[in-house]
Amino acid sequence: MADIISTLPGIFYRKPAPGKDDFVSVGDAVEVGQTVGIVEIMKQFSEVKADVAGTVREFKVDNEGMVNPGDVIAVIDEA
Amino acid sequence: MSIEVLTPGLSTTVQDQGRFGYYNVGLPQGGSLDAYSSQAANMLVANTVDEAVLECAYMGSNLSFDAESVIAVTGAEVSITINGESAPMWETLTVPSGGTVEFGMMTQGARFYIAVHGGIDVPVVLGSRSTYPLGRLGGFDGRKLEAGDVLPVGPATADLNAVPQKSVPVEARPEFSKQQELRVLMGLYDFRLTDKGKRNLVEEEWSLTPVADRAGLRYKGPGVEWREREQPFGAGSDPSNIVDAGYSVGSIQIPGGTQPIILHRDAVSGGGYAMVGTVISADMDVVARATPGTVTRFVEVTMDEALAARKVYKEALASLWA
Repeated sequence: MADIISTLPGIFYRKPAPGKDDFVSVGDAVEVGQTVGIVEIMKQFSEVKADVAGTVREFKVDNEGMVNPGDVIAVIDEA
Repeated sequence: MSIEVLTPGLSTTVQDQGRFGYYNVGLPQGGSLDAYSSQAANMLVANTVDEAVLECAYMGSNLSFDAESVIAVTGAEVSITINGESAPMWETLTVPSGGTVEFGMMTQGARFYIAVHGGIDVPVVLGSRSTYPLGRLGGFDGRKLEAGDVLPVGPATADLNAVPQKSVPVEARPEFSKQQELRVLMGLYDFRLTDKGKRNLVEEEWSLTPVADRAGLRYKGPGVEWREREQPFGAGSDPSNIVDAGYSVGSIQIPGGTQPIILHRDAVSGGGYAMVGTVISADMDVVARATPGTVTRFVEVTMDEALAARKVYKEALASLWA
């Protein structure tokens, strides 16, 4: 298991834009460097990327939830 | 001597203590948002108060130094490594020639400062080296830093042995809290609020949203109510609109009556929103330290209390250099 952590404070989004599909869903396979969400701060949008390959086990933060630096955003079962 | 930017961070800009004298033509004063931390960094590297430093918002810039350099890092809590070795904040540090300085996550606060002996030697524009990105003016090419930028460092001007203090004592370091009280002088347009509207502003809790940068910081909370009025000639139709007027740094507007915005040092100098109050100058550094979600109370003070607080703040700045 590996945690994906937000290094920034802000609002977490699971979609690239309103009305679009989620970047990834629980159960999906992810590659190293794949985007799993976005954090918005100061009108800037920074991608949150997986640093391991595996399967998405769960999201710890809801879409549009507030995150702080160090918060776990998602948990990955490593491949 | 120069510094190369390896990774830029989120929004790192060159700042000094500000560009004064042009507010009347719409150019904001700018300058380090947390002036106290910025001055502490300059003090630790034997600069004067006027040298330019780097301000990193929410994420640090990793830097490479082409010659031995004396630096200091102050402000929001962040981990530092010099060539992979952990180094402390709020102290005079030496980076060897060719050395790399890297930063971890910011665990408290929103902005930290990197000072280097000699200062960041970008051209002085209208009396200041501060970056004003909206006007593409000052700083490094008028913008935030990007990877590959090479920042010139000014010549050593002072005896490093003459640094007043090689570290800032713990009790002189600011607090970085998720709970803040900001002192506010009410006016000029607080008469536009109903009694309940005013009570909501100064008695309820507000929370900082992620819409918070050098121009302004937006809070959410219980909202306010405006008094009924006849729309004046020249004012917009929203109850929070006024006939255009000058804005002071720290003034609070509440467009639509829902989310108050505190204008900070890069904000516009005037416009058509009612300023219901102004955060006192002594607390503007505190505003600069807030991260999203910070629970905030606006505490009403008198002009005499605001002036007394400004005196205390100025004494704290002076004691850094004593």
